[in-house]
Amino acid sequence: MSTLALAFADGAVVAKRNLIKIKRIPELLIWTTMSPIMFVLLFGYVFGSSIDIPGSNYREYLIAGVFAQTVMFGATGTGAGMAEDMTKGIIDRFRSLPMARSAVLFGRTGSDILYNSISVLVMSLTGLLVGWRIRTNFFSALTGFLLLLLFAYAISWVMAWVGLKVPSVEVVQNASFMFIFPLTFVANTFVRSELLPGPLKAFAEWNPVSAVAQAAREAFGNTGNLPPPEAWSLQNPVIYTLIWVGIILAIFIPLSVRQYEKATRK
Amino acid sequence: MTYMIRTEGLVKRYGDVVALDGLDLVVPKGTILGLLGPNGAGKTTAVRILCTLLDPDEGMVEVAGLDVRADPDKVRERIGLSGQAAAVDEHLTGYENLDMVGRLYHLGKQASKQRARELLDQFDLDEAGDRPTKTYSGGMRRRLDLAAALVARPEVVFLDEPTTGLDPRSRSQMWDTVQTLVREGATVLLTTQYMEEADRLCDDIVVIDKGKKIAHGTADQLKTQIGGERVELIVTNSADTDKARTVLESLSVGEIQTDEQTRKLTAAVSGGADILGKLLVKLAEQNVSVVDVGLRRPTLDDVFLSLTGHATEDGAGDASGTEAVDVREKEAVR
Repeated sequence: MSTLALAFADGAVVAKRNLIKIKRIPELLIWTTMSPIMFVLLFGYVFGSSIDIPGSNYREYLIAGVFAQTVMFGATGTGAGMAEDMTKGIIDRFRSLPMARSAVLFGRTGSDILYNSISVLVMSLTGLLVGWRIRTNFFSALTGFLLLLLFAYAISWVMAWVGLKVPSVEVVQNASFMFIFPLTFVANTFVRSELLPGPLKAFAEWNPVSAVAQAAREAFGNTGNLPPPEAWSLQNPVIYTLIWVGIILAIFIPLSVRQYEKATRK
Repeated sequence: MTYMIRTEGLVKRYGDVVALDGLDLVVPKGTILGLLGPNGAGKTTAVRILCTLLDPDEGMVEVAGLDVRADPDKVRERIGLSGQAAAVDEHLTGYENLDMVGRLYHLGKQASKQRARELLDQFDLDEAGDRPTKTYSGGMRRRLDLAAALVARPEVVFLDEPTTGLDPRSRSQMWDTVQTLVREGATVLLTTQYMEEADRLCDDIVVIDKGKKIAHGTADQLKTQIGGERVELIVTNSADTDKARTVLESLSVGEIQTDEQTRKLTAAVSGGADILGKLLVKLAEQNVSVVDVGLRRPTLDDVFLSLTGHATEDGAGDASGTEAVDVREKEAVR
């Protein structure tokens, strides 16, 4: 078997182990689904009732932003999971086995795709309840969902690296919130980036989270009669998102694998 | 002779602390080597290096004829490790744990399942096999951990303090398992703080202290190395301890150890049963009454004490370890 095939086969075995844990502790899943519901309701009603973006139904506009934000937060679970794994004796077992070095990481990020899928599904259902609608077709909507999950997968690798880098699970949460909050708020998630002042506008326009939200918004047909965005990144949100996903994976897969090696060789 | 484990000049440092200070080991195929030493002697560090979990700073390491540093993946295919902390997943059942390990050894789906059931049966875990290991007792977890180490029928098995914390019944089960392993052709390196364990299981014993080998041989050779028999007596009244000591001093060929708490005195002697007769007569003359008196071969505890000047910390002697050191200090003051 080639190295890559081996890494995926071993990763699948590790992913299965992570999924069995969900079966044993169903509470894990309940909380995973609660926060997306909360996000949609909170933003949908609090902001959705008080903010008006001319030319669009704001509540519909905002749901795609909430999707993008929630998958970002969901990805912190990967970091917490890695940090927790590193404190367990099972890592020694894994390391004494002739398995791919990267399998623990591929397994963790792989099983977290399921978490994120469930979270996106729950958000969509809640969204439908509060008035969000898909105004395109099935395939277009599917592209939107896949792009959200793909972006979440890339962020999972960043979080995996953070989880290996920091000393405990609690630190993972705090450390990642430090950059997830600005990334998800200084974006076009909840307001139009064009309306932000100078530097914030530039940041928001080129922020990949904006591109993901914009791509999803377009895929679901939630852009209403808004004028087209000014920046290239938001005019071509799918391509721009894919570029970011590629860059993040190319950097953080090798970085995380190396950090895993380093962290376990103490 | 084929050596399954070979190290030369193994050095591992953690900052200023030298965990291993030039350790040489050889373990012939099909034998058990016991790595004996107190806490912090470097036993676990040595095992972690041999199992590819840790890189040494200096030295040569070879397992199953393969250079561990150059070919860690090939080594991993041929070894099994059972560490001090049971390396099993608490949310998985015993069966799921073993099945997962089989898959990661690339045994294939069917073979992994079959081997998992086989091992659960062999380790008396078949009934608990479908419960999450979180519900297991400490002994059950250790058995599962050892089973996990044996999934791929490894040629070389590393056991890091396999019986620490086990009750006597589990301990003797573990000993049987290890002996069966070796009968079937495996080579075993085990670390232990228990003299009794090394004495009972190991073909060869390496005593280490502060990362250095301080003695090497069979249990018998080590005992011979530190001289003949020991006479051991327990006085009825602690007030008689000093009188008994004076009597022993006149007959002993070495130092005398006194354990005030248990009123036990131990002295190295030569001359066998005759000495015992003389001792009893002299004690009677001094009106010292004894609860128990006997002659015994030296234990590995004695070996350790005489080699390092301090007893094992958690050894079979329990409290007598520190006591003995205190006594020696008192003697030095005299």
